[in-house]
Amino acid sequence: MKIRKDIAQRKRTDKVFSLVGLIATLVGIVTLLALMIDLAWDGTARLNWNFFTAFPSRFPDKAGILSAWVGTGVVMFVTALAAVPMGVAAGVYLEEYAPKNVMTTLIEINIANLAGVPSIVYGLMALGLFVYKFQFGMSILTAGLTLALLILPIVIMATREAIRTIPGSIREAAFAVGATKWQMIRHHILPYSAGGILTGVIIGLSRAIGESAPLITIGALTFIAFLPASPFTGTFPFLSFEWLKSPYTVLPIQAFNWVSRPQKAFHLNAAAAGLTLMAMTLAMNGAAIWIRYRFRKRIKW
Amino acid sequence: MSLVTHRASNRPVTRETSLPGGVHRLSPLPRLRGPGLLQRWQERAIQATLFLAAASSIAITLGIVGILGFESLAFFKQVSLFTFLTDTQWTPLFDDAHYGIMPLVAGTATVAAVALCLALPVGTITAIYLSEYAPHRVREVVKPFLELLTAVPTVVYGYFALLFVTPLLRHFIPSLPGFNMLSAGLVIGVMIIPYVSSLSEDAMRAVPMHLREASYAMGATRFQTSTRVVFPAALSGVAAAYVLGFSRAIGETMVVAIAAGMQPHLTFNPMEPAATITAYIVQVSLGDLPHGSLGYQTIFAAGLTLMLMTLVFNIGGHVLRKRFREKY
Amino acid sequence: MVETLNVSPDVLAGAAVKARVQDLSFYYGTHRVLKNITLSVAEKKVTALIGPSGCGKTTLLRCFNRMHDLYPGNRYDGGGIRLLPENTNILGADVDPIEVRMRISMVFQKANPFPKTVFENVAYGLRVRGDLKKSDINERVEQALRGAALWDEVKDRLHSLGANLSGGQQQRLCIARALVTDPEIILFDEPTSALDPIATGKVEELVAELKTRVTILIVTHNMQQAARVSDFTGFMYIGELAEFDRTEKIFTNPSNKLTEDYITGRFG
Repeated sequence: MKIRKDIAQRKRTDKVFSLVGLIATLVGIVTLLALMIDLAWDGTARLNWNFFTAFPSRFPDKAGILSAWVGTGVVMFVTALAAVPMGVAAGVYLEEYAPKNVMTTLIEINIANLAGVPSIVYGLMALGLFVYKFQFGMSILTAGLTLALLILPIVIMATREAIRTIPGSIREAAFAVGATKWQMIRHHILPYSAGGILTGVIIGLSRAIGESAPLITIGALTFIAFLPASPFTGTFPFLSFEWLKSPYTVLPIQAFNWVSRPQKAFHLNAAAAGLTLMAMTLAMNGAAIWIRYRFRKRIKW
Repeated sequence: MSLVTHRASNRPVTRETSLPGGVHRLSPLPRLRGPGLLQRWQERAIQATLFLAAASSIAITLGIVGILGFESLAFFKQVSLFTFLTDTQWTPLFDDAHYGIMPLVAGTATVAAVALCLALPVGTITAIYLSEYAPHRVREVVKPFLELLTAVPTVVYGYFALLFVTPLLRHFIPSLPGFNMLSAGLVIGVMIIPYVSSLSEDAMRAVPMHLREASYAMGATRFQTSTRVVFPAALSGVAAAYVLGFSRAIGETMVVAIAAGMQPHLTFNPMEPAATITAYIVQVSLGDLPHGSLGYQTIFAAGLTLMLMTLVFNIGGHVLRKRFREKY
Repeated sequence: MVETLNVSPDVLAGAAVKARVQDLSFYYGTHRVLKNITLSVAEKKVTALIGPSGCGKTTLLRCFNRMHDLYPGNRYDGGGIRLLPENTNILGADVDPIEVRMRISMVFQKANPFPKTVFENVAYGLRVRGDLKKSDINERVEQALRGAALWDEVKDRLHSLGANLSGGQQQRLCIARALVTDPEIILFDEPTSALDPIATGKVEELVAELKTRVTILIVTHNMQQAARVSDFTGFMYIGELAEFDRTEKIFTNPSNKLTEDYITGRFG
């Protein structure tokens, strides 16, 4: 019968496509595995105590990532300090306060567009604005602020999404006993969305930690054989912000520097630095997933 | 500090508080006035601060447009737009300086084309598979792994392209140079698969069940339903995913800077090394160009070109999405 | 057009008046949802609002604590709601809605405890006021929980999450939260519509107990409930108050044909 044959043919197509789909899905995953194995294969041998405690050197087997991981930590600190309050505040405004008007629409479209701007463009903006206009120089401060602007849309969107899951009845319950708007936000909206916000912040920081393009344009150095000045001093007021003006390097820049060299031995260092960086981003993503899970368990609507 | 300033009312409160089951009587609460002047002011100040935080995103955009525009303007005072668009060489740092952006645009376009040739089909098929075919368990396992692809630092992708993919490709194409756009493009392609697939999948899963049921009720197979009903219905969201993928592909920097070489070279052949716009910016930034020099301004002109390319595609995508927006 | 009867002065039968709604209209945007409502709420009595879905009974209830102020595009019009004995219009532009909500609290259709502990849920109304002493707060929370007939069930788990309680307990927790500020009026918005019959019975008992100390306004879908718990009943129909009278009068001998049709189940 013709119709039977036809159906059989169509079912075959179905089967074939289901296989094609599986293969397509595996393209990404197999590549990810290959990348991780390749990196581990090349880099594991270099991961020893000395690698983490030594400054870069022109001798590949003596070179380490001390200045790079310290730089990464310090820059991330500045980034978080700038991006979290700004992003959360903007997210709270857009969800809880913003009236439906042209200004709000403009801000919303603008944030969506900022998320699509190539990261290197942020670097160019920071070069013109922070480095030269504001005279921050090629410093930790500039780097931290640049990455903060880069992840600001991520923090804002995460904040908004987290706030949106809180039902309106909770807001009304708070208002009904006489809370002011800000009391309602401080006592309810912020605590209940904290998990979602934190997840978004960590995802944002894990993106920032691997960024190198914008930092190259604002002049991250690749050979730094010293650490930024300590924030604590022996004399009054015991705190110093000298470190903010310090030149710096970060892990991805250090890795880039090593991979750009012709010698094979430096490539191994690059792999080890890349491996360290991967471990950091994976740990951050894992932490984000864990926090999201914990908060979902604690607060159910 | 207390947010509420309160005072006893001048109205005598005489109400009995005889509570059911109460042990003893409480004195009545002092009657409240609403928030005082201080608190009203505080509420306003908070709202204004939050508004400033939200509005600062516009300042960022203005900063980007302003800086790129300002420096590019200085550049175009010395190099005519005509030369910029028609000269076939880009050698601003040589003694024999040429300022034709085309070689960089060609490099960018070639790398992006390679990346999209991989990412769009693979990402779309992945999305269809995950949305329409894959059992729940498979999807739950696969999705986080796919999303991990976006968490890998780009410099690691660059390493992978240069030291794994290129040697691998050379087994099949022995003439492939050490730096080439092919392996950079392929790696960027894999990198943007999750951007394409996850947005597309969201759009497909948003297609209501009754459309699928209508298709199945006509005797259509899963494949026919997916490709002829679900995919067209989700086209608007899929277009958004493609635009995002495109933006990522042309804006990607480190992979091309590491694996594609940094020589501006007017070619569309992915087997050759060439510089993209982003790679050029990196190359100049690594050197030591004095602030305000023509060389310094070139990276802003290049950056502006990149922004405009992104913008054109975003607007195109927007138009497409409007045209294909399905009402259901 | 609905035939609207004016409230005769003797309806309240000598009970003191706690609030007087005068010629109140309300708009969602340009849509007029309440039309010239006039009604008196008797002190320390239960007043029920009944009527078919969309008749505006919840809208009227939410005028009393100015919940509508939270959303843009809403507008009150007309004479307002005067709270006695001061005789101030609580809808007046010079009156702060926050003060209104501190004096007139609300229990919602679906129990909406905060994702906080039992204790913190109840204490919240005191916390927003600021500088009350800790011992004061403890005492008042206990009194409120007793008042909501919940104390014995939760006294050993005051510091576990409110969401761990059963549905009926959660609703009584919300009643305790509304009680703690010692309000003058409590608004109930269909408080038992999501509860099983046993939990419903408990809430109804509670309402009967509470009216010895506080004025109660309750919106309900359930006519038996209105008959059981209320002293006065208002029947609303498409934004108007079609009839308002003593509850037994409404249920035995309504003067309006619409009311009769509704309570005998001919529509709604």
